[in-house]
Amino acid sequence: MPADFHRIASGRPAAGSTSFEAQVLPYLDAAYNLARWLARDDADAQDVVQEAMLRAFRYFDSFRGGDARVWLLAIVRNTFYSLRMKVPPDGMQETFDDDAHAVVDEQPTPEARMLIALDVGALQKALENLPHPLRETIVLRELEECSYKEIASITGQKIGTVMSRLARARERLRAELTRHSTEVRRHDVQ
Amino acid sequence: MMCNDARLLLHAYLDDELDAAQSVAITRHMHSCEACTASYAQYTELRKALSQPSLYRRAPDALRAQWQAPKSSTAAASKPRRRLVGLAMAAGFVGALLLVAPTWFYLWQQHGANTNQLADEVVSSHLRSMQPQHLMDVVSTDQHTVKPWFEGKLDFSPRVKDLSDEGFPLIGGRLDALEGHSVAALIYKRRLHVINLYQWPSASTASASVATQWHGYTVIRWTAGNMNYVAVSDVNEADLRKFTLAFQDDVTTPPMR
Ligand SMILES: [Zn+2]
Repeated sequence: MPADFHRIASGRPAAGSTSFEAQVLPYLDAAYNLARWLARDDADAQDVVQEAMLRAFRYFDSFRGGDARVWLLAIVRNTFYSLRMKVPPDGMQETFDDDAHAVVDEQPTPEARMLIALDVGALQKALENLPHPLRETIVLRELEECSYKEIASITGQKIGTVMSRLARARERLRAELTRHSTEVRRHDVQ
Repeated sequence: MMCNDARLLLHAYLDDELDAAQSVAITRHMHSCEACTASYAQYTELRKALSQPSLYRRAPDALRAQWQAPKSSTAAASKPRRRLVGLAMAAGFVGALLLVAPTWFYLWQQHGANTNQLADEVVSSHLRSMQPQHLMDVVSTDQHTVKPWFEGKLDFSPRVKDLSDEGFPLIGGRLDALEGHSVAALIYKRRLHVINLYQWPSASTASASVATQWHGYTVIRWTAGNMNYVAVSDVNEADLRKFTLAFQDDVTTPPMR
């Protein structure tokens, strides 16, 4: 075995691994949920989580307490974007300008109110159609129930940005789900 | 407060992220503004809709099994796990990984120790090669540059083959050590993944390929033309088999077992 292997190994006490198991593994579902919504594909999501868990394991020494869930989700997110960067560009590029995404606030209609609460398929599609920066923010907030501060630390954004992205994500979802509901309605009538 | 400000703040209000003064201001605005009140009601419904359990994607069992200790065998696991601690100290990083991968340990116990001690060492070498500055001693996509680079550094001449056409471009080489031998390591890429292929002389002429799974890594070992080969990567097993077949292509090799 090469000499420098031992050098790398010696800085990694075995005791650290048990606490990795205790502290990080409980958030495997959270990791997968975020990865799956970012990647929108089962196999890709598994690759992302597998790589993220290995990274988390390798860097566990540098984890100095605090919220292991936030720490792991930040790694998952970084892993997703770094793997995605290396994929040949096939419409994958997506620039996001926080100022250019103002959505005209549509006034609610009675139809929209009824359908938002019901249709899981439409909800899923609407979520998947959001640009990544909006999607990760709303998923962390609504599905993972993270606070603004936690989302800010996972995504590396300011709290103000988190707030405005959430507002825009919800406005978009509402607009899309309202449009969907009108289509369904028209279809039903015929 | 104007509707414009309220439009942003009502989200923070919904998320319980406003201080008392701001909360009072937004509720006061909603008292006098039907549109914002209706929006707020809709976003509340949207939240309820998004909390449906089917939208939350839980980790698939296969992934969970890879990372979690089997719950049912806690008692049975206590003995091997104590042995594991010693093993972890001896084997360092890879041994430490064993602690979080009990599934692997059972596998390891079932199979002959030799194959898996090698797999152990191979994966540790692969992981180490992924550390910054460790991957390559010679960086080249040209097999005619990589092959001569090994000359004088080893007491054998490794087989170097570019497999770009098969989807596994050669990206370089390095000297390494396995089981106390100096070995040649060739580095290939498969899309985002790195494949390390180790080779060193063998006393036997040929043996069938044996694949071992290790914690998301696949190790495939075979012998051909008095040379031991071990390929390791985190690509899926099918891809790594494809890689080994492509490498073995023009050599007489017993078929995959
Ligand atoms: Zn208003």
